Amino acid sequence: MKHDKIERNLGILLVLTMVAISVGGMVEIIPLFFIKETVEKVEGVRPYKPLELRGRDIYIREGCYLCHSQMIRPFRDEALRYGHYSLAAESKYDHPFQWGSKRTGPDLARVGGKYSNDWQTQHLIAPRSLVPQSVMPNYPWLATTDLDYSDINLRMRALRKTGVPYSESQAEYERNVEEFGADVAKYLHIPDAEKNLIGQAQQGNYDTNPDKLSEMDALVAYLQMLGTLVDFKKYDDDYFVKFR
Amino acid sequence: MSQETKTNSGSNEPKSRVKKTGGVPSTGHSWDGIEELTNQLPRWWVWAFYLTAIFTVVYWLFYPAWPIGSTFTKGVPGLNSITYTATQVDGTQVEKTTHWNMRSKFMVEMNELHAAQKQWFDKVAATPFDEIAQDAELMQFVTSAGKTLFSDNCAPCHQAGGQGVIGFSPNLTDDHWQYGSSYAQIQDVIVHGRQGYMPPFKEIISDEEITQAANYVLSLSGEPHDAASAELGAKVFQSDTASCYACHGTDAKGKEGLGSANLTDKIWLWANIPEIENADEKLKAVKNIIAGGLNRGVMPAWEDRLKPDQIKLLTVYVHQGLGGGK
Repeated sequence: MKHDKIERNLGILLVLTMVAISVGGMVEIIPLFFIKETVEKVEGVRPYKPLELRGRDIYIREGCYLCHSQMIRPFRDEALRYGHYSLAAESKYDHPFQWGSKRTGPDLARVGGKYSNDWQTQHLIAPRSLVPQSVMPNYPWLATTDLDYSDINLRMRALRKTGVPYSESQAEYERNVEEFGADVAKYLHIPDAEKNLIGQAQQGNYDTNPDKLSEMDALVAYLQMLGTLVDFKKYDDDYFVKFR
Repeated sequence: MSQETKTNSGSNEPKSRVKKTGGVPSTGHSWDGIEELTNQLPRWWVWAFYLTAIFTVVYWLFYPAWPIGSTFTKGVPGLNSITYTATQVDGTQVEKTTHWNMRSKFMVEMNELHAAQKQWFDKVAATPFDEIAQDAELMQFVTSAGKTLFSDNCAPCHQAGGQGVIGFSPNLTDDHWQYGSSYAQIQDVIVHGRQGYMPPFKEIISDEEITQAANYVLSLSGEPHDAASAELGAKVFQSDTASCYACHGTDAKGKEGLGSANLTDKIWLWANIPEIENADEKLKAVKNIIAGGLNRGVMPAWEDRLKPDQIKLLTVYVHQGLGGGK
């Protein structure tokens, strides 16, 4: 077909452009669904608990991903600064994943446990009070805004549709107990979501204010678990090489 | 003007508008007399394109490339092999050879890094604390490697120079050490982390007694206070009801094992008393802490994040490099 013809027929141009672009995407993506080693076999990865899930939604709402990636690449300098490189398995329950590529701030893939709750809260309210050279905006409203968790069940159900194993029935709960253990499985049970969310916030006291269940509680709970699920001490330091 | 409109309008144009210019057919696109022709691509460009296609074949030999069912081609063994040393869970080292990929390349890079730093880290690990400080050459390594580790891991709380933030994290450059100033004590703090705690007293003693105790605390470091009230406060401090002495010591100088504050010096962590000008405000700030207690001052444990030799190096850096260690 002459390009003269293609350029003069908007319909054909549109279809052929879409075909050309799709081929590129498909040959890169589709094989990954069939290759066994794409997602590493590793213990400990679990879906988010309800409070962490709300924190993740706030992370996305506030646009944290516009400056922070969550993907430690297998480079020497990143390993020295952030820790073990990120695994595909670690974001298998992420919809959407937060890998990102805009690295204005530090990578957050393993920020969990690196700082205290107190630090995270103070730093989110006023970053420059702790890191004078920071260019991060202030997020003071997180500490003063009550967390809206009225729709937590719906949020979990939506993720369930994408394949995240939140349980709805007793049978599904039992299956989760088998896969994740009872301690984790109870947090993945949708009917108990609200109770679990409040319980985790009270126990963790993430925003350092026991009297309030704020958006800060949820966001800090999320940040404090990032990258902590896999215990790399249980694996040879080259265990993950064979998956690539 | 009228001619331009004609050449750019829809497909119902007469065929004759595609004129030949210099032997090359025109596309019929013409703006301000500039015409778009249908020249062939330059020969060199076309060949460069063919060469990139040939290069892909070379690429398949060297790198992981084609998906085949549940696996993929890994290049020709021997052409793209990578050999690295891996540390197994049990601590043994094994040499392995595999095909080129980002993660095996990364292993090689980390091997090279460890090889370059090994002699120094081994020396830090093998040398007793006191002797590291005596060894000028080794201290050079400690100072530069320690600065990097400190900047990334410790500076967010303790600040770049270790000066801390009043109301948040202790100053590491002065002579006051809440949890002790020896190498072993500092190392223990880094390994296990710390959690500051002081119970709230508002339910335990009366508001009047809190005022008296606050006046006593202010008197200990020479801050303005009500002397009569402070005298009564000393009794509250030593009483078994409040039992302030249990943590802060009967001499109010604090206990290193508990990390309780020395109340007799001029160093304040949780309330910036010396900076407050008004005496009433100073009293109020101290009363607030006694009444409400403290459940802050959390330092994370670093044993899972840093290696033992890195922690030892940081201990020396904090003790010697920042100054203030005893």
